Amino acid sequence: MGIIKKIRKNLSSAFNKIFKRGKLHRIGIYGPPNAGKTTLANRIVRDFTGDVVGSVSDIPHETRRAHRREGVTIESNGSSITLDIVDTPGLATKIDFQDFMAKGLSEDESRRRAKEATEGVIEAVRWLEDLEGVILVMDATEDPFTQVNVTVIGNMEARNLPLLIVANKIDLDDSMPSRIKSAFPQHPMVPISALTGDNIDVMYDKIAEHFG
Amino acid sequence: MISMKGIQMDLISSDKLERLSSVEKIRMILDSVEDGKIIVLERGLTPQEETKLIEATMTKITPGEFAGIEIESYPGAVHQSWFDKLRKKPVDRARLTVIGPADQLKMLKRDRDVISAMVSAR
Repeated sequence: MGIIKKIRKNLSSAFNKIFKRGKLHRIGIYGPPNAGKTTLANRIVRDFTGDVVGSVSDIPHETRRAHRREGVTIESNGSSITLDIVDTPGLATKIDFQDFMAKGLSEDESRRRAKEATEGVIEAVRWLEDLEGVILVMDATEDPFTQVNVTVIGNMEARNLPLLIVANKIDLDDSMPSRIKSAFPQHPMVPISALTGDNIDVMYDKIAEHFG
Repeated sequence: MISMKGIQMDLISSDKLERLSSVEKIRMILDSVEDGKIIVLERGLTPQEETKLIEATMTKITPGEFAGIEIESYPGAVHQSWFDKLRKKPVDRARLTVIGPADQLKMLKRDRDVISAMVSAR
């Protein structure tokens, strides 16, 4: 693309930002399985609408269909932003039915869950193209250098879309949110516990600031 | 004749990757990995190709036969020049990438410049 075309595109994007502030933003909650995406989605939706999005479980791939909650108005520091929030199935490059059997599910149930989980990953990947921003949830007790994280971040950067990294599970003793910050220093990161609500107000400030 | 059991490893040059379309790259990777090979790409996939690879991998997963892939690459350089930032040029993340069958390739450790992995026979 020529420089003039790029400048024109950037000016158009700036114009849209200025004059379309009332526009509803569709934000996806992404991350690997068991990072706490649905717990976070439930926390946000419950705090501002009193409802929940989906069920949570210790067994990976509990969320196997994307769930969209429309028109969630997040109020923070006197300002507000209205978002469509899409809770997506955990992204993964491998799904072994034996992992579900190890969690106590029967073989038939494990095979069925594995098949549904593959469909869920495909759905999550396809949603990426229809979003205006992403909240990427990482488990702060795990190594942040996973391909899923790198892929989601790369896609957002390639499309110049806003990304907020949430370092979840800071209520656990072995959490190290600083490791996430040093792994991806180019993006804003907020440490929280979606389960206990620790630091959740700071996250709402960041959401309003970043996606507004 | 000496018979040798082992795991085939294909190291693909950046020149070859540049000549392939996205569809061809993904087809080559999945065909090789399904055959139990380890693939090393000198220059990795674009983020869009990575998501397409994840999507294609999911369609291939068959319980008890193929559990998916293990894929790891170095995180790309995060520093952009002021001119690239002005032009909103995306960060180039395509760096060396290792891909293999999930039941044979296990990543031990990865940081910005080192990938440590264990390969086992089926």
